[in-house]
Amino acid sequence: MILAPADLPLWAAIAVAFFLLFGASLTLIGAIGFLKLPTFYERIHAPTLGTSWGVGGVMLASMIFFSVTSSRLVVHEVLIGLFITVTTPVTFMLLARAALHRDRAENTGYAPEKKKASLPVQEEGQIRPADN
Amino acid sequence: MSAIILFTAVSIAQLMLAAAMAIAFVRMFRGPRAQDRIIGLDALYVNAMLLLVTFGIGTGRVIYFEAALVIGMLGFVATVALAKFLMRGEVIE
Repeated sequence: MILAPADLPLWAAIAVAFFLLFGASLTLIGAIGFLKLPTFYERIHAPTLGTSWGVGGVMLASMIFFSVTSSRLVVHEVLIGLFITVTTPVTFMLLARAALHRDRAENTGYAPEKKKASLPVQEEGQIRPADN
Repeated sequence: MSAIILFTAVSIAQLMLAAAMAIAFVRMFRGPRAQDRIIGLDALYVNAMLLLVTFGIGTGRVIYFEAALVIGMLGFVATVALAKFLMRGEVIE
């Protein structure tokens, strides 16, 4: 059976309101940081606030709400939360690497220089006459 | 009492998420380079997804959840394709 939202018990309403406001305010803070931060490599950090606990808070609120109103355990919001949590690092790492590539190709000065290939792992493959 | 708490919380959350969407849109419109615009698009669709779930809580219907799931999946594919395009100049090699 499905209850109307007005018949929600008080503890459930408070929990839903808390998680909803928590998630929404974290998302807003992330968006403000996204607008304010000066360079691209700093800006890429800000929206992850919305994709981690912003999504987590809103999904927890939705889970509590639908579990209480339909009086059974509703966990299909976990699907969205898991999907966003898994895909956001992939997306942002691809984007950051693309931005690094472009900045290096155009010498804009934002990107750090590439390290010189002087690691000992790469030298071991070479033939060293001093060893014999 | 609980209806008032829920209504207030849903309304404030919707306002906050709409403001976040507007900010992401500003960054997408203004962003100095292409990668800023792509991140703006990414933030825009994540915020739209959260707004849809909030609508679902406000109305008590489960139908909004499926729309949010579709937005999440398509948005991921779109952002990865755009990032690949920035990297290589083509999407499928």
